[in-house]
Amino acid sequence: MTQEVNIPLTDLRRSQPRFSGFEAGHRACLGCGEALAARLVTESAGPDVMYANATGCLEVFTTAWPDSAWRVPWMHSLFANAAAIGAGMEAAMKAQGKSTRVIAMGGDGGTFDIGFQALSGMLERGHNVLYVCFDNEAYMNTGIQRSSSTPHAAATTTSPAGRESMGKRHMKKDIVSIVAAHHIPYAATASVAYPSDIHKKVRRALAIDGPTFLHIHTPCPLGWGHDGALTIEIARLAVQTGLFPVIELERGGVAGAMPIRKLRPVTDYLGLQSRFRHLFADSSRAKEELEHLQALADHNIELYGLRGEEKIDALDSEGADTVRRGGMRWA
Amino acid sequence: MIEIRIHGRGGQGNVVAAYLLAGAAFEAGRYGQAFPSFGAERRGAPVTAFVRISATPIRRRCQVRQPAFLIIQDEALLHVPGVLDGLHTGGGILVNSNRTPDELDITTGHELITLPASKLANETLGRPVPNTALLAAFLALTELLPQQALVKALAERFKGDMLERNTRLVERAAGMVPAGRWQEGDHAARA
Amino acid sequence: MQHALEGSQAIARAVSLCRPQVVSAYPITPQTHIVENLSKLVADGVLECELVSVESEFSAASVALGAVAAGSRAYTASSSQGILLMSEVLFNIAGLRIPLVLTCANRAVSAPLSIWNDQQDSMAVRDAGWIQLYCADNQEAIDTTIQAFRIAEQCELPVMVCVDGFTLTHTLEVLDLPDQQQVDEFLPAFSFARRLDPANPLSVGTLVSPEYFTETRQDHHQALLDATAAIVQAQSDWLAISGRDTGGLLRCEGPDDAATGILTLGSIAGTLQEAIEEQGDAAPARLITLRAFRPFPEQALRDACQGLERLIVLERALSPGAGGIVGTEVRAALGVMDNPPQIFNFAVGLGGRDVPLEIYTHLLDAIAKGRGTGFDILDLDTGKLPAETS
Repeated sequence: MTQEVNIPLTDLRRSQPRFSGFEAGHRACLGCGEALAARLVTESAGPDVMYANATGCLEVFTTAWPDSAWRVPWMHSLFANAAAIGAGMEAAMKAQGKSTRVIAMGGDGGTFDIGFQALSGMLERGHNVLYVCFDNEAYMNTGIQRSSSTPHAAATTTSPAGRESMGKRHMKKDIVSIVAAHHIPYAATASVAYPSDIHKKVRRALAIDGPTFLHIHTPCPLGWGHDGALTIEIARLAVQTGLFPVIELERGGVAGAMPIRKLRPVTDYLGLQSRFRHLFADSSRAKEELEHLQALADHNIELYGLRGEEKIDALDSEGADTVRRGGMRWA
Repeated sequence: MIEIRIHGRGGQGNVVAAYLLAGAAFEAGRYGQAFPSFGAERRGAPVTAFVRISATPIRRRCQVRQPAFLIIQDEALLHVPGVLDGLHTGGGILVNSNRTPDELDITTGHELITLPASKLANETLGRPVPNTALLAAFLALTELLPQQALVKALAERFKGDMLERNTRLVERAAGMVPAGRWQEGDHAARA
Repeated sequence: MQHALEGSQAIARAVSLCRPQVVSAYPITPQTHIVENLSKLVADGVLECELVSVESEFSAASVALGAVAAGSRAYTASSSQGILLMSEVLFNIAGLRIPLVLTCANRAVSAPLSIWNDQQDSMAVRDAGWIQLYCADNQEAIDTTIQAFRIAEQCELPVMVCVDGFTLTHTLEVLDLPDQQQVDEFLPAFSFARRLDPANPLSVGTLVSPEYFTETRQDHHQALLDATAAIVQAQSDWLAISGRDTGGLLRCEGPDDAATGILTLGSIAGTLQEAIEEQGDAAPARLITLRAFRPFPEQALRDACQGLERLIVLERALSPGAGGIVGTEVRAALGVMDNPPQIFNFAVGLGGRDVPLEIYTHLLDAIAKGRGTGFDILDLDTGKLPAETS
């Protein structure tokens, strides 16, 4: 028999102990998507975890000595070696017979580019490590330079738009497919707009014995050129347009995708960010680029079967609503 | 101190030969030192290895430039420039060959003795690796160390059937050269 | 107990006796045999440890770093290009004050490509903040490896044990290998106070502003200077257990009244010693073998050079455009003596060139001809290469 108890919703939330490995008071910009995602990851992972953090915004804004925002064992070594540090930690835990889990974290530069070799090695060797990539699509820490994650046509300080250029001339690297091609048990993408999805994926990854990978799309108001208040909305639009498909892969094969109930045109997403401003000029080049980006989104939608059905699929704003209501930490 | 230089080709067990000889010295209560002059690790490339045997600790680590003896694992190497360089007067050359020294038709100014080591190894071990047979013959010629020391050194590397075959090979090869023939040379080299 | 062992095999056995919990490495000649031997010890169940065969030296050093940070004793080994590829990590390991032992099987650095021995690799990372100990022979390599773990863990500093590639790593000789009980008596079980632990979460490797950075550098510098005492202590404690003198900061041999001194580091010491002995009373010399290059033992060096009229510094690397590396430091250290010896500085044996027994007489001839007063490469055969056209 269940007993019905009447507790006001706010009090129920307050009475739920929630572990937080990541404290407020760090130095991230207003509306930083990465800070929010990192907090969600540590909350989901719980206290019995140690972290290896690549050089980047996250490391810099959380730890100017003698302050630290981390309440979990955390180490930053270098830009390129987070996955290898994580592998070493995991080997040590194995040698000591301990069950403490290891999470390695890096930005897109530390994952797609300079740390890619160490990541591939860690995955290939089958270390019991969850690697989380916070993807804000450029080198934000050094001042918004293009990375191999920067989307096609985005303007950065090293891929500026100008009379002769429409921003970055190369495609965003499909990192999750490359990672999944290591045939690891679990690889997934997620968006900071969907916190409960992140929560579920982190928990799922940590329940698996073997290397796992979580790629989280995290808007950067500074680098993308949008108001900090729009971070969640922009992150959600990236998903709803099909430009950032939220998917899960097991042993290299697609195992699931978050359906989009109401598809949005890419211009809804692009138009809010000054990094894509040049695409809205009155020129045939700009129109071409927009068409190209729409085609990329359409391709993702077809490839992963992202088109949702209004009656069957859950509201895709569910996660975002959770953040708006309960984003403060009580524990 | 006796210094020996071994010439062979990658894959012939040249370095192992040097290690076995120095290992045999250790088994006989002497000090031994062995090291290769390596190139990149390729089969067939000429390889040189050096051995020193002494009653006292060996501190020098330079290559052997004036050996008392040469062990040549491939007769074709006799014609390679530098192979015979620096050999002591009165020193000897032991060559792996199916031919007699006269048939080799080479003037070295030193006594040259041949042993069909690859053939013996093929018959006894099933593999044409000449090193064990040459070492056994070398020890028989010089009486530098007892054959048993070589067998002990072999036992550090081989077990069971392979060790037994190697031991047989030692006995066979040792009996095919004139025992103690190079004892004099040994003394000359020491002087 | 005495064994006839290849240097690499002996080093692997010594490492194994120190009970590392994580070993991580990437293959490079002439380091490979060390790691191969360790792998075999693990495969045979002699050594119980996590063996992580990584995809680069950069990761090898990083895995070892992560393992120590997480509270396990770790070990890695490399050479040449590998040392340089991991150099960023080497600085990081030292700055984080991580006790780790690395064997550098010394080899020349490309280009031109050479797989053979000199000491350019470890010299290139001399400022990384590691303790650097150079071994004159394989017995020293065994003893120094064991001491290195204790020094590292006592000082919370990484130790690079430098062993000449091929000349030592690939040489089989008669060696005394300690037994497990001796090593256990000497080396306590690994315990790292700053280890990452969920029960006591630390943030390691934080950003440090200009307000504090200078002080962290001073602390690191001082820790290395203070390590001289730990190096000497480890040596004397190990001597008491093993009966072998590995030399503390440096080793001094030869007559006290010799007017000529030769200072070197690494495996040419043995050849030099025999060469000097061969000359007998005709040309006596004091041989100074530097064991600790970092920390640089200034005072011990000045003491060792008392009474010398001339000192020949013989090294196996150089700083192109400047000259000798060790020589320059020795000059600076001896400059403050009341009667400093005249210093001659030569490089020799670069890229595996054999250093023959005649080295000593060659040196004496060279200084008689006025060479080496600044810096010269001794065994140079001019005219071999086509002249550079300008």
